[in-house]
Amino acid sequence: MDVILTSEDKVIIEKLGSRLTQCEKVKTNLIPILQMIQEELKYLPPEVIKMVAKYLEIPGSEVYGVATFYNQFKFNPPGKNPIKVCLGTACHVRAGDIILENFERKLGISEGQTTEDREFSIERVACVGCCALAPVAIMGDTVHGHMAPSKVEGLILRVQVEHEKAERERQKIESDRQ
Amino acid sequence: MKKQKEKGKKLNPIDNKIIDEKFGAIFAEAQRRKKERQNNSIPKIHIGLSTCGIAAGAMETKTAFEETLSQRGIEAQIHCVGCIGHCYAEPWVIIENSESGFPPIFYPQVTAGKAKMLTKLYLEEGDPRLEHILGAMEENEMIPSVWEFSRFSKEKRIVMDLCGKIDPDDINEYIAEDGYSSWAKALKSPPDEVLKQVLGSGLRGRGGAGFLTGKKWELALKQTHLEKIVICNADEGDPGAYMDRTILESNPHQVLEGLALCAYAIGAHKALFYVRAEYPLAVKTIQNAISQAMESGIIGKDILGSGFDLEMDVFQGSGAFVCGEETALILSMEGSRGMPYHRPPYPAERGFQGLSTVINNVKTLAAVPPILKNGASWYRQTGTPESPGTAIFSVVGNVTHPGLVEIPMGVTLRTLIFDICGGIPDKKKFKAAQIGGPSGGCLPEEFLDTPIDFDSLIEAGAMMGSGGMVVLDEDTCMVDVAKYFLDFTQKESCGKCTFCRIGTWHLLSILQRLTIGEGQEGDIEKLEQLSHDIKNGSLCGLGKTAPNPVLTSLKYFREEYEAHIKEGCCPAASCRALSAYYIDLDKCARGCDACVGCCPVDAVFTTSNRKKGIDQQLCVKCGECKVHCPPDYNAIFRISPAHLAPIIERPKEENQ
Repeated sequence: MDVILTSEDKVIIEKLGSRLTQCEKVKTNLIPILQMIQEELKYLPPEVIKMVAKYLEIPGSEVYGVATFYNQFKFNPPGKNPIKVCLGTACHVRAGDIILENFERKLGISEGQTTEDREFSIERVACVGCCALAPVAIMGDTVHGHMAPSKVEGLILRVQVEHEKAERERQKIESDRQ
Repeated sequence: MKKQKEKGKKLNPIDNKIIDEKFGAIFAEAQRRKKERQNNSIPKIHIGLSTCGIAAGAMETKTAFEETLSQRGIEAQIHCVGCIGHCYAEPWVIIENSESGFPPIFYPQVTAGKAKMLTKLYLEEGDPRLEHILGAMEENEMIPSVWEFSRFSKEKRIVMDLCGKIDPDDINEYIAEDGYSSWAKALKSPPDEVLKQVLGSGLRGRGGAGFLTGKKWELALKQTHLEKIVICNADEGDPGAYMDRTILESNPHQVLEGLALCAYAIGAHKALFYVRAEYPLAVKTIQNAISQAMESGIIGKDILGSGFDLEMDVFQGSGAFVCGEETALILSMEGSRGMPYHRPPYPAERGFQGLSTVINNVKTLAAVPPILKNGASWYRQTGTPESPGTAIFSVVGNVTHPGLVEIPMGVTLRTLIFDICGGIPDKKKFKAAQIGGPSGGCLPEEFLDTPIDFDSLIEAGAMMGSGGMVVLDEDTCMVDVAKYFLDFTQKESCGKCTFCRIGTWHLLSILQRLTIGEGQEGDIEKLEQLSHDIKNGSLCGLGKTAPNPVLTSLKYFREEYEAHIKEGCCPAASCRALSAYYIDLDKCARGCDACVGCCPVDAVFTTSNRKKGIDQQLCVKCGECKVHCPPDYNAIFRISPAHLAPIIERPKEENQ
């Protein structure tokens, strides 16, 4: 999939390029380097894969092969409110797939995708380790336990309401200024 | 050569004196701090702040305590500890308020509101609000103690003893509880002594296979010509198991001590923690633990004046289930894809970057310090002769008291599920226990009296695995559970062996067909044949065990597979394509709208006499309406096969 880099992304990539030179040029460093980049950029666009390959002097296919092998690495930019739905055993038994489906239906995207406004993204994860709270979904950094389809609606609504509130306040400040 | 020198040095009584002096000073300081805390009579609030606690809202609880305490001008100490393993009680607190005359009290499910209330009523006014307690933490004459509760009393904690009692971010609290005493003791004796104890204890690797830990170490010790490295495997990838994370987050120093002892026993000067990057709190806690241990001189150069050097570091694993396999783990650390390779050579002979490598699971390492402290024969008193010690299970799914349970090996499943964990909620029937995650199997009721140990579980067709246990009640479809695990292993297969790569894909597609009612005659035989072929045709543990969930469910729940194929019926009414929800009009109450509001797809309509019906075309079978239907009516039912649901027409005018 083609990802269009935003100007902010480009700035980060440039900075990362100079940070890269501080790492030792050995293949053992490949995963730590990719982890460092993803921490900054939140995902790995093709430009970055090429940059790392060039730096470590290994083929780009090798870097891509390693990156795609592990679940941690993402190739699409995440939404501002990334949603992770746990589908570990305990969550599955307590109908985690229905929670995932509800998110997908509400947002009109499927797992692994990001909404057009880059507001939400959905991802399924294997186990977040809060099995006693199953089914679990994570939005941003907050873990929501004992999920139910009606809670899904509430979560999304809350983000939207907060947005509208922020928007209204922004407009109010602007009108006050004028 | 180097080893010889060290060995000679260890026996020198003058050096032993230096170790005693140096460690004695550290220990005395830790003890002093502990006494100071104990003698301070202000109330103490212990809050469990590991990942699961935080997920349940422990941070909000902590903030609420802090705010209310400062608002009301009450002096109290908030003590952040790790996880106690009682997940059903999260977020929990233990309040010690000695001035009130009550013993320390355990409060479950303390929300922010409850925290405020407890601060005001208990800490300020001295009323412990008995209706909110689980029990007292010690025997007393006033309130029932938690030790009368089998969830507490039947456990035997060796590895998790200090979890939930000490602050994981403070090394002194661990040292004050006799922590690192085995390490200081070991440094005074030759490395063989450590190995002898571990061999004698019969400790078996807790990573799943149950290989004798001492044997593994011995093999590495023999590689005298090689440099060595020890690795703690905390790449917990099994969906449904989280004990490694909990131990690392709650008592990192015990694991660190175990890893150091392992390094000393085999003569390694480098040690690594391989932790999943998805466990950010565990990574942070262990990094902090390493730097504190370095500062105290417990690891690093010339440890406690013994001349032994040990360097420790953390490697963040990127999340691949197969990397729990040791050869794959090594490759992933070298910057490659984690694809297992053939053994021998074992990692002990040629491992990470050609070094002699010993890889042990978190639980295995955490068991080492208590073994050295109390001796091998003490450890053998717990558990069975073949599997000494304790087993840690994360019991989840349909049980009343889920969480982490540490029990002696040899306890039966019945005791674990019904006695310790409180049985199945909502008066439902027990159906099966899925043990060992994707490589384990489903054991039915007949096996409830099987003792839990490495060998008897393998005999029954399951395996210890990492210790994940999911309890399934009568509403669970076994075909669906097998499909779930296959879906997982199929995605996580590294792709090296054809049978694992393509065989699991075919297994999965057959199971998928079954769950949507497109099963064919002969599917069961195909599943069996393919499962055996995958077992025989795969190199590593992942492929060799991937068909286990299918094989065990076929063995014990064959009739369910047959019902799916022959009748298009899911006996548990769980497969969505094969079942339907309907509203019993005799029970449905006129004018009640509970189910209408909660339906995410507007499939519930009002009939001509103001009762409700479900539009089967729109229904996504999420079950939300069943949950919301008031218990007085209980009018919503699920049925399989789907065509048995009574048809209720949507009134014409509704559509217009």
